[in-house]
Amino acid sequence: MDYQVTYIVLAGIFGAFMAWGIGANDVANAMATSVGSKAITIKQAIIIAAVFEFAGAVLAGGEVTSTIRKGIIDTSSIVDQPELLIFGMLSALLAAGIWLLIASKKGWPVSTTHSIVGAVVGFAAVGIGTEAIKWSKVGDIVLSWIITPMIAGILAFMIFQTVHHLILKQKNPLEKAKKYVPMYMFITAFILTLVTIKKGLKHVGLTVSDNEAYLYAAISGVVVSLIGAFFVSKIKVDKEKEKEFHFHTVEKVFGVLMVITASGLAFAHGSNDVANAVGPLAAIVATAKSGAVAAKAGVDAWVLLLGGIGIVIGLATYGVRVIRTVGQKITHLTPSRGFAAELAASSTIVVASGTGMPISTTQTLVGAVLGVGMARGISAIDLGVVRSIFASWVVTIPAGASLSIVFFFILKGIFG
Amino acid sequence: MGFLISDMLSRSPVAPLQEHIKTACKAAQLLPSLFEAANLNDWDKVASINSDIRKLENDADEMKLDIRSNLPKSLFMPVPRQDLLELVLVQDKVANLSKTISSVVMRRKMQIPGALFDAFIEFVKRSVDAAMKAKQSVNELDELYETGFRGAEVKVVEKLIAKLDKIETETDVMQASLQESLFVMEQDLPPVEVMFLYKLIDQVADVADMAERIGRRLELLLAK
Repeated sequence: MDYQVTYIVLAGIFGAFMAWGIGANDVANAMATSVGSKAITIKQAIIIAAVFEFAGAVLAGGEVTSTIRKGIIDTSSIVDQPELLIFGMLSALLAAGIWLLIASKKGWPVSTTHSIVGAVVGFAAVGIGTEAIKWSKVGDIVLSWIITPMIAGILAFMIFQTVHHLILKQKNPLEKAKKYVPMYMFITAFILTLVTIKKGLKHVGLTVSDNEAYLYAAISGVVVSLIGAFFVSKIKVDKEKEKEFHFHTVEKVFGVLMVITASGLAFAHGSNDVANAVGPLAAIVATAKSGAVAAKAGVDAWVLLLGGIGIVIGLATYGVRVIRTVGQKITHLTPSRGFAAELAASSTIVVASGTGMPISTTQTLVGAVLGVGMARGISAIDLGVVRSIFASWVVTIPAGASLSIVFFFILKGIFG
Repeated sequence: MGFLISDMLSRSPVAPLQEHIKTACKAAQLLPSLFEAANLNDWDKVASINSDIRKLENDADEMKLDIRSNLPKSLFMPVPRQDLLELVLVQDKVANLSKTISSVVMRRKMQIPGALFDAFIEFVKRSVDAAMKAKQSVNELDELYETGFRGAEVKVVEKLIAKLDKIETETDVMQASLQESLFVMEQDLPPVEVMFLYKLIDQVADVADMAERIGRRLELLLAK
């Protein structure tokens, strides 16, 4: 292994670059509505998003990282050629990063997950051989891209129906909102804590029994809903605004709830998407350090950390602008709808991440928003945009694959 | 990356619809003062009110076109697009009628016979009231969207529409009684003048009719 340090440094740069891109843009989806509804300021949004993206990446991001690192390709045929795996993963990172950059410049709604999976499959097919690809696993991943938006959509539909029946259609929606919103807060915190404990914590080296997990999840739910209830109780009725729109104060109550679900979404996003940048990085680090293609190696904590930091920097440098623009533009996704979409999406994403599925967070969120729309919750959804989002992943996979093939041969030419 | 949820959410048609009926009603609201100025022989004022109404009607037209072009087929909405398009069409009629009425008054220098004047102004004001009630109902549209067109908010709108219907019925009665009064005085007035007076009464009644139809359109939205 002649260029061990070079490989690790290159991988670190490429991985951080991709994480930066993820943080810069994706996170705005989670935070913009809360900012738009004036539940929190932009500064607070950045801090909340940074904390939860980071926590999601480090606490719950391990499973997906492993899938991308070793779940897609069977490395047994290249045990004596560790460099091949390193070149491949480097080109996958670079291909996905560059494709995302191009797409962002052009304004195409592509998915980080699709580009990295496409890139890994691409180099494996030409660099190692198509038989080295675990097609059944790839099939599962692709299937999950169809199933998770559907699940999130159904969940969002049901959550919004409960909001509708318990609060919005009642005679005194404000009273009902103050009563039920803390319950939604409890549910959000309970689910996210439970999944994190059960699926994520083993990467940090903690093992918790089932009963303990439920207990901790319940405690975190109660704490969160108490804090939430305190902020809800401080909301005052604005008579002027209320005249214009009778649900003004009700929406403000939901605005507090949204801060919590947005945090949950940031956490879920961190747990899934950071792995896209970190997975190949982890594979390179493990291979370069040991000088062999290891069948079993843990994900170094610093690798997850680097991904987390990359996201936070992306968020702080560029995400501010995106959140500001989107936050001002969003008036259609009111907090009462946004929270339903976010709760549904984040639950789906965290559960999927726990099973190691690299799913597309963007499409899951789109599925959830559509679900709220089906419940007659959103005044107008542009189906043209939705179509282009779903079409984009069909394009993204071959694009990621061909770019990574090109880079693979270039790297092989330079170092090999 | 490169995609934001806000791209997917299209502009809600509610605010433009409310802006549109607000403009249309502003035109109708100028009608009482138009007739008053005409009967005082203040033709400069009539001309100036007429040009105000024309401008408002023009604005409403532009808003109507804007709403239409912003409701493409690819939009997924909780209410049928057709119903919204027809709602804006009826709303627009309020502005159109106001313009027709004010142009006739200005060009023909029409004055309401003194014996009819008080009852007539009362009638015009009541028709404008109907339009204002329709506007108030359309102003509840954002609340209806918020509640998904169900629940307690629906009752609020139904009550407003019932009130609107009541006002419209009142204008019907006023219209009939004005026609009767005019019939009695017919002999003493120039025939062409009488013809236009009948027409004017009908057009003012049409303003209330259109307002009622706005209510009907809203009811259709609720029924689904």
